Amino acid sequence: MDSKEYIESGILELYVAGALSQKENEEVYAMMQQYPEVKQEVLSIEAAVVSLTAATATRDTSSIFDTIKKKLGLSSSTASDADETPVIPLQEKKSSSLFRYAGWAAAIVFATGLLYTAVLYNDLESEIEIVRAEREDLKNKIYEANSDLTAANELLDALRTKDIITVPLGGQQVSPESYAKVYWDKKSNSIYLDLQGLPEPPPGKVYQVWSLKLNPLTPTSLGVIEDFAGDKDKVFDLENANESEAFGITLEPAGGSESPTLEQLYTLGVVASNP
Amino acid sequence: MELEVLIDQFQKKDAKAFEALYQMYNDSIFGVINTIVKNDDIATEVMQDVFIKAWNKADTYAAKKGRFFTWLLNIARNAAIDKTRSKSFKNSQQNQDIDFFVHSIESNDQLDSKVNAIGIKKYVGKLAEKCKQVIEFLYFKGYTQKEASEELDIPLGTIKTRNRNCIGELRKALEV
Repeated sequence: MDSKEYIESGILELYVAGALSQKENEEVYAMMQQYPEVKQEVLSIEAAVVSLTAATATRDTSSIFDTIKKKLGLSSSTASDADETPVIPLQEKKSSSLFRYAGWAAAIVFATGLLYTAVLYNDLESEIEIVRAEREDLKNKIYEANSDLTAANELLDALRTKDIITVPLGGQQVSPESYAKVYWDKKSNSIYLDLQGLPEPPPGKVYQVWSLKLNPLTPTSLGVIEDFAGDKDKVFDLENANESEAFGITLEPAGGSESPTLEQLYTLGVVASNP
Repeated sequence: MELEVLIDQFQKKDAKAFEALYQMYNDSIFGVINTIVKNDDIATEVMQDVFIKAWNKADTYAAKKGRFFTWLLNIARNAAIDKTRSKSFKNSQQNQDIDFFVHSIESNDQLDSKVNAIGIKKYVGKLAEKCKQVIEFLYFKGYTQKEASEELDIPLGTIKTRNRNCIGELRKALEV
């Protein structure tokens, strides 16, 4: 590509804008060294862009240079009083090798410190992560404890209700040691079962709770205790809208049965005739 | 003084050369920053930081990598864009036009005391919309050719030629 074509391509305008890659910049620079007309073109473009951008300056900032100099700690000498000796460069030249080594040493100490800080930071970062997880855990535990407490309070409230009917269920032939208690709140048609005194059912079996009429013997299922093992306080609540005369608990195959398997009657208790 | 000599002295931490370069480019740098931050006070603040940075990292400039003006321009655009992203920057902004620089020039009372001002005002007034956009992106916002092409949805090569034509118009007006 000859220089004229090169100029016409528009690359020099992009060069002044700073819109080229580093590699392209170096190419343009090489062309400028080789062809004076390319260099001249760049200078003209630059002059135009400097004028254009300068025209957008809505404030005269020529006096700001003093502030800049002050901030940099430069001497107050300006282009007009040329005799004043700049202080900073002299000091720099004078600095002895001792100071230079001290500088390097300081740099190394600083770099080491920086590295140490970075490591420390990383450690802290993971510690924070752990603490955060622990806090989350604690929060959950508190939440659980709170809901346990609420449940216990509700239960206590329910058991203290005046009209609640308490029915102790005694162990039967198949498991004489067993016992249970039924707390029946007739108003709300609900019962609480305290099954603390029953053994854990064998696998594949569940306890089923029955409401019984005695004459003639008519059992009505109130439901099965699905998660006996998983329940900590062994207190369960069921609905009971029947005019129950007795309650019984039998061991049944998982899912429950239509009618009670009387050979597996664990506990039985009769409701007191007039509480 | 020759620009190259000034730059060389500046890189050797000559405060006088620094001042000469400052007076050469402060308006341009301020204008570019202000086009991005759109607030005179913030622009002044950012401009101070830009020249302080330029002084502190003067030795990183190399002629091989580009024009000195372009180098300054880059520092300025980056600092201004950083500023707009900072927490303290409240963007209550008045004018979000993509050709904000045109607005700055046309409403700029400062210009009346300056050389070439008439040429510039005439030029931006006549500028085609597509020139305003491409100039704003490339010179004021610091987009690369690729970014400008994507933003304006025109081919890469078109950016190059369109921009050359637009700058050509400007040069005619300024006679440079």
